[in-house]
Amino acid sequence: MSGFVLPSVRAQFRAIATAVVPEAASLDDAAWAEAEGLIERTLAGRPPALRRQLTMLIRAIDLLPLLRYGRRFTELDAARRTRVLLAFQDSPLLLLRRGLWGIRTLAMLGYYARPAAYAAMGYRADTRGWEARR
Amino acid sequence: MIEREYDIVIIGSGAGGGTVAAELAPMCKQGVRILVLEQGPRVPPDEMTGREVEMAGALYADDGGFLTAEGTMSLAFARAYGGSTLVYTGTSLVAPERVIRHWAVRGLAHDDVVRRSAKYLAQNNVHPLPQEEINENNRLFVTGCEIAGYHAEQFPVNVRGCKGSSLCNLGCPNGAKMGTNAVQLPAAERGGVEVVTRAEVRTIEERAVTVRVREKAAGAKGAPSEWPAGEYRVRASIIVCSGGSMGTPVLLLRSGFARHLPALGAGFTCHPAHILVAEHPRPITNDVGHPKSYYLDRAVEEGFVLESCMYYPFTTAKNLTGFGAPHSALMRAFPRLQMILVLACDHAVPENRITVDAAGEPVVHYSFTPAVVESLVRATRASARIFFAAGALRVHAPSADPPLIEAADAARADDLIDARHFMTGRISISAAHLMGGAVMGGSPADSVADSFGRVHGVPWLRVADASLFPDSLEINPYVTIMALADRVAEAIRADAPALLGRRITEAA
Repeated sequence: MSGFVLPSVRAQFRAIATAVVPEAASLDDAAWAEAEGLIERTLAGRPPALRRQLTMLIRAIDLLPLLRYGRRFTELDAARRTRVLLAFQDSPLLLLRRGLWGIRTLAMLGYYARPAAYAAMGYRADTRGWEARR
Repeated sequence: MIEREYDIVIIGSGAGGGTVAAELAPMCKQGVRILVLEQGPRVPPDEMTGREVEMAGALYADDGGFLTAEGTMSLAFARAYGGSTLVYTGTSLVAPERVIRHWAVRGLAHDDVVRRSAKYLAQNNVHPLPQEEINENNRLFVTGCEIAGYHAEQFPVNVRGCKGSSLCNLGCPNGAKMGTNAVQLPAAERGGVEVVTRAEVRTIEERAVTVRVREKAAGAKGAPSEWPAGEYRVRASIIVCSGGSMGTPVLLLRSGFARHLPALGAGFTCHPAHILVAEHPRPITNDVGHPKSYYLDRAVEEGFVLESCMYYPFTTAKNLTGFGAPHSALMRAFPRLQMILVLACDHAVPENRITVDAAGEPVVHYSFTPAVVESLVRATRASARIFFAAGALRVHAPSADPPLIEAADAARADDLIDARHFMTGRISISAAHLMGGAVMGGSPADSVADSFGRVHGVPWLRVADASLFPDSLEINPYVTIMALADRVAEAIRADAPALLGRRITEAA
């Protein structure tokens, strides 16, 4: 699908999203398309500069592990992916913490805003309210 | 540029603008032409699906996630017919006497605020919900408070025919909330006031506004605008700014009023908030029933207020600290989650203010003072005590590292929750009670308007919204906004003959 951010960094974003929400590993192509569609629709209204920064950050998260592990983020196992993201989350630099917060928020948006996720986690809010429970 | 002419233009249709419109509507019978311009769409209840991202995109600015300049807090404010009254939970409290006294605004007395608030409590059908409609998420808050030594109070709410969808913040799908979209705006329209939606006011000129009316996008929610899309210049003898703390200061700054109003943009406060969750051993009713029925007011003693609450999956996920397996485990426990919203009672400081960028778009600067951090930490400790007292197995506390505290460690919770773990950018902080930016006061040196919303030195320009608040209110703000807007409308009625250049009969 088309989009502002994900088409150029799709594999890297999915690797990050799977570390953020482990259940995302079981999404099929249709579910990924739905998740990424939600993300792209949200990003569509944001300034182009923000979208460029997101793309750069996703690329940076993918490349920085080369310095420590000699491999890209996409090539790391789950435990090492988590360690990389924790380094961003707990960084003394606000810029890195903010960046990770933004990426994780997008990953969570894609996963948890889908009706299928509502059902999987037992969230049952209904416009009919109490009537729907009787 | 299409030219139009009215006598009174009201910018914004929320608690401020909707109130002014309804109060001035009787003047239409005397031939006074009144127009309300609302930036957002008119969305009827049957289009409220309860789907989180879809409704946030339709009803909120920036999907409810407008980021401060520092990128450390997200602000939620609506853009729709009814403004933020479309998406609040309807909790209806009157301003405390101590707050109005602390504001020390010349001419504003607490008994006047109380009297006017009472009018809107009645108009909006405010009452406590019957006990049989209170869900377990709320009842556990009361139980936890009692055991922990606190006294929870029930929120009066402004609903009529509430079915308990729990979806208040996404727009009530049953039209049960008595916001301005349901009460004041329809009354104003019946009285002859025109409301034009999808109409963004770009600038205020001398007795005129420039307006951009947008087409309804394909697939978008809500009705099309009442006017054809295009650029308009609307002349008016009286202009009322009611775009809220994000709308009004930004519009006035963009229009160059800062030159003689140096206080413009200052005094911004917002009740910074955390959403806290705790996991119980069994499922509880949390996603059905009114979400916010009780509160604990510790503003005087400890600088915070706790409110029972319930949020949607993505909002909840976003507000939990961390990611990965521990985060997912908590999310999978959703049917067993109890939630508390903690609000810090922040105070106006010079560095926290609203500005505009080169394009005239809003930029909000907000730094967390040590007092606010301490308030949030104390509030989190109190919430942990309440959660564990109510029987929670574990509590998620953003100001703890790791954030999950097990019941076995409940006795140590006060030590585990500490300001040293309050790391901005790592933890989620949000705010929806946006206040100040065009504050009321005595002179142009320290304020933008007087206590009746008259902008200093500009007799035809008024402010009627939360941007008038000179400091935080320490409670949910909409009733006080309506009370102040009622004063603004009264002053407009009194000043109308001079400003409109004709007689308005007493009946108006």
